[in-house]
Amino acid sequence: MGEVIKVGMADLKICICPDSVTTLGLGSCVGIALRDPVTKVGGLAHVMLPDSTAIRNQTNIYKFADTGIVELVRLMMEKGANRNRIVAKIAGGAQMFAFQNKNELVRVGERNVEATKLKLKELGIAILAEDTGKTYGRTVIFYPETGNFVIRAVGKQETII
Amino acid sequence: MEDMNLEQVTEGYFDVLKELGNIGAGNATTALAQLLNCKVDMKVPQVRLLDFKEVGNAMGGEEQIMAGIYLLVEGDISGSIMFLLERKSARHLVSKLMGTEIEGEDFTEMEISALKEIGNIITGSYLNSLSTLTNLKIYPSVPDLSIDMAGAILSVPAIEFGALGDKILLIQTQFTDDYDLDGYFILLPDLESYAKILHALGLIN
Repeated sequence: MGEVIKVGMADLKICICPDSVTTLGLGSCVGIALRDPVTKVGGLAHVMLPDSTAIRNQTNIYKFADTGIVELVRLMMEKGANRNRIVAKIAGGAQMFAFQNKNELVRVGERNVEATKLKLKELGIAILAEDTGKTYGRTVIFYPETGNFVIRAVGKQETII
Repeated sequence: MEDMNLEQVTEGYFDVLKELGNIGAGNATTALAQLLNCKVDMKVPQVRLLDFKEVGNAMGGEEQIMAGIYLLVEGDISGSIMFLLERKSARHLVSKLMGTEIEGEDFTEMEISALKEIGNIITGSYLNSLSTLTNLKIYPSVPDLSIDMAGAILSVPAIEFGALGDKILLIQTQFTDDYDLDGYFILLPDLESYAKILHALGLIN
């Protein structure tokens, strides 16, 4: 058994087999797990906002779906991942409060998921599985060795996608 | 004010927020005592500017199950306010309010409604002190409640703060009746409203 690497909010980490990587309590944020199945180099990003270009203060590139994914891919390639083999699994993007849609940050969970998918498509990275939307938080653990993405939620059975 | 971000919040403003937290929590404590019909004490609130990564830890971990009550704020300022309470504390308050022993982990609809009301009273007292001190009109929306992991609930204010910077402003208050209750306020005025609050308090021109 390897080590479990922890990723915070607006953060990302590289993970190499046999280690695993986790992020706790994803709400409207999105967790993006990437993996090269051959070299077993993986990584997990916990992004908060969809678009870095829409916001003035953007010093933290890990915070946004667009810049976070690009950075994660770059770091994985440094560790020996092959760009063409990278595949993705995503989770999160929940709407935690019912009236959030009245807010100016309209449906931010949903928008985070959309932006994530758009960026992955742009980079030619296939999404193998997802568990997104709905109204509850999720804790995720990703194992680059198998590609298993384990999802836990309060009062629900653990699932593997 | 255009380029103001949270990290530039001054020492003076910090003290003001602390004082607001103090008065707000004081009012909230009185309201709680009346509601529960018992004596409630409070400690001096702590105001902290935390990195996103640290916020979960401040509440006992991202997976700690909390009750989060969230309201939008309109009027002279706009933004939102959130009040968080550990699930255990929430359960204690609700059973005290309703005079029942609650069994099991889940809250019934009635209990959720009671919890929203508690949140409403607490955040209302807080906003009241802010309104009185600044002479600004502040109208809260109907509250909404989420019982989930701290990290997941906090993602909502964090995302709002995320548009401003990489930190979140947390006001922690401890209430005690026969039980220590840790409550957390997260006040989120938008940037323009920050300026209005500071101006109303005479901290900027």
